Amino acid sequence: MSDNKKESCGSGCGCHNGAPDESLFNRRNVLKAAGATLGVAAFAKAMAPITEWKETTSVDEFLQTHYRELSNDQLDEVIARLEEETKKDYGADVTITDHRPQMGVKFGYALNLSICIGCRRCAEACHHENNHDRATSNSYIRVLEMTKGSMDMEKGNVHYDHPVPHPDKFYMPVQCQQCDNPPCVDVCPVEATWKEEDGIVVVDYNWCIGCRYCEAACPYHARRFNWKKPVVPKNEINPNQSYLSNRIRPQGVMEKCTFCLHRTREGRMPACLEACPTGARVFGNLLDPHSEIRKVIDTKRVFVLKEELGTRPSFFYFFDE
Amino acid sequence: MTPPDATTADAPHHDARFHATSYLKFLRLAFRLATEGSWLFYAWMFVLTCIALVGTHAWAVQVRDGMAVTAMTDHVSWGLYIANFTFIVGLAAGGVMMVIPAYIYHDRDMHDTVIIGELLAIASIVMCLLFVVVDLGRPDRFWHILPFVGKFNWPISMLTWDVIVLNGYLLLNLHICGYLLYKRFLGEKPDKRWYVPFVFLSIAWAISIHTVTAFLYCGLGGRPFWNTALLAPRFLTSAFVAGPAFIVVVLQIIRRMTKMKIGEGSIRTLVGIMRITILINLVMLISELFTEFYTGGSHATAAHYLYFGEHGLNALQPWIWTSTIAIVVAAVLLMRPKIHLHMKTLDVACVLVFVGIWIEKGMGLIIPGFIPSTLHEWVEYIPSAIEWKVSAGIWAAGLIVYTLLLKVAIPIFTGQTGALQGKNK
Ligand code: SF4
Ligand code: SF4
Repeated sequence: MSDNKKESCGSGCGCHNGAPDESLFNRRNVLKAAGATLGVAAFAKAMAPITEWKETTSVDEFLQTHYRELSNDQLDEVIARLEEETKKDYGADVTITDHRPQMGVKFGYALNLSICIGCRRCAEACHHENNHDRATSNSYIRVLEMTKGSMDMEKGNVHYDHPVPHPDKFYMPVQCQQCDNPPCVDVCPVEATWKEEDGIVVVDYNWCIGCRYCEAACPYHARRFNWKKPVVPKNEINPNQSYLSNRIRPQGVMEKCTFCLHRTREGRMPACLEACPTGARVFGNLLDPHSEIRKVIDTKRVFVLKEELGTRPSFFYFFDE
Repeated sequence: MTPPDATTADAPHHDARFHATSYLKFLRLAFRLATEGSWLFYAWMFVLTCIALVGTHAWAVQVRDGMAVTAMTDHVSWGLYIANFTFIVGLAAGGVMMVIPAYIYHDRDMHDTVIIGELLAIASIVMCLLFVVVDLGRPDRFWHILPFVGKFNWPISMLTWDVIVLNGYLLLNLHICGYLLYKRFLGEKPDKRWYVPFVFLSIAWAISIHTVTAFLYCGLGGRPFWNTALLAPRFLTSAFVAGPAFIVVVLQIIRRMTKMKIGEGSIRTLVGIMRITILINLVMLISELFTEFYTGGSHATAAHYLYFGEHGLNALQPWIWTSTIAIVVAAVLLMRPKIHLHMKTLDVACVLVFVGIWIEKGMGLIIPGFIPSTLHEWVEYIPSAIEWKVSAGIWAAGLIVYTLLLKVAIPIFTGQTGALQGKNK
């Protein structure tokens, strides 16, 4: 925006009284060209770290479509690629399976607050079962230490570190509630997360764009983001993996508890339940009238967390009489 | 200056070949206008480019090493980026406060300067889109959010709505500004049918971009701090203070640096708008604080933490008090009679408002929504150096875009390009 009285019209357009200097090699043009070249070079330098990252993301991975749109052949290819990548990145031989929901099954979980002692073995089992990053000791389960006489989570504490159980406290483990009306699914802009027929809310780790909107929407703090690439020592990797559950997640995507679908869809129990020393956890098919979970729901006084939000959890809490 | 509108009554009809050549000339002129200037201009662009490059590098590092280089966590999963995004959506919407007087109330002065607000909208939306991209954990998968190619969770996800309204607003303003400038370049009178309907659409659209952005947050039942019906109206009023504040300062700079005539009416009208919106904004703030602190409960916990700290944590306290004081002082300053004649006071008020609202929409709204977490853990958030660099880089990029747009638009608008074709040359 010059006001160069000598030659220009004052608009800074370089028009020189309406008679533009068309010479290609005048001083200004040469300087501009030099500036532009420098700018491009500086930009390339600034962007350089991206190229190091690109080496780990292949074209196939970039073009891969949504899990639910993959044909069987494509899925086989993708799984083969993922297994190969795990071998390359982590040095481990793993088997990735695509476990599909079974008909007539809707999973439910119940937890007996009277006997949970807050030992956090469930959280630890989850950590190993699901190949979580070791440094952050991530887990899908958080155990709240609560003051007796109050259900107010504001008075809960997850960072207790003293022998358990503490006499004045009770313990409330919280993980994904596999809501029937899951706010996390509604908000996802790209349908990277959805609820399966057996009631499990899953994430396609190869479709999620990492916007973290679902994490903001979940009222139970059940979702975890991969802020960096998870680090798991080769010999600690759980090799029995499933596409939608415990395979090692890529950097920059969301993950969450899947009720260990790689186990439960095979008829086994979730890892957290098997690890629980007190038997506080009950898991099963809500549609089967003879299942243990149904017995609990029919005979105990059960409640769900934050019922007023209308999320309709499939995770129930109860007390013994 | 001869207003190019005043030339011929009926625009002549041109065939496609005419447009093909003259549009090319138009682009050439635009390129020349954008790259020629005083040394002050070059220095300004150089500084902005350096900042933008620092931001680019920081972002590249973030993509390579993961979002762990930010200070965000599973507890506070959105930070400085989304805070800036929210504020800048308001800046984009704020430009409409020039469009309404110009086109609905036929304010003459505003009609000559309205393009400055419309160009601000373009630059702001570019910044908004950049802030969204840098917030993604997997920017390489951005195409998943494109309609038709990806999977577009519409109409359920508010984020897809936001994508639509933001891009729609960008296109609308690109069309309006591009059309008006091209017509002026040709020295012809713009055909009302080709822009007036779009102008009116853009007014409604401006309101929608900020409303939808507010719905992003207030639709989340699990976050009591955001879950209030007052959020969208508060967004709008604060945008209609911050937007005009920015434009008032820009108008003064333009008046000093270029030959463009900035009628006093424009500034007077904008100040009139700010006087009202800042008061409405304060009234809403007080209503919200009243409900929070008089009632207590979970909604109040985050607010209490924000204003007074909680559990010995008080990272947000200095921010919010700075913001509150800035806005209150600005409100008082704006009440000065005939303030549009007291430019110093006005400038101070504008800067205070701008900073105040920026904090209010960022550190005062997005961050406390996450603290305490939904399971009532207390985890604080203080942006990391990388986040500051990336954010500064995007602001610099936005200013580059805005400067270049103005640099091209103003000479064409005031008819001093020396390249005007045809009759009014
Ligand atoms: S608990 Fe959270 S993550 Fe799990 S289904 Fe509900 S909203 Fe989604
Ligand atoms: S983080 Fe991933 S799963 Fe969550 S809302 Fe964003 S894209 Fe969807």
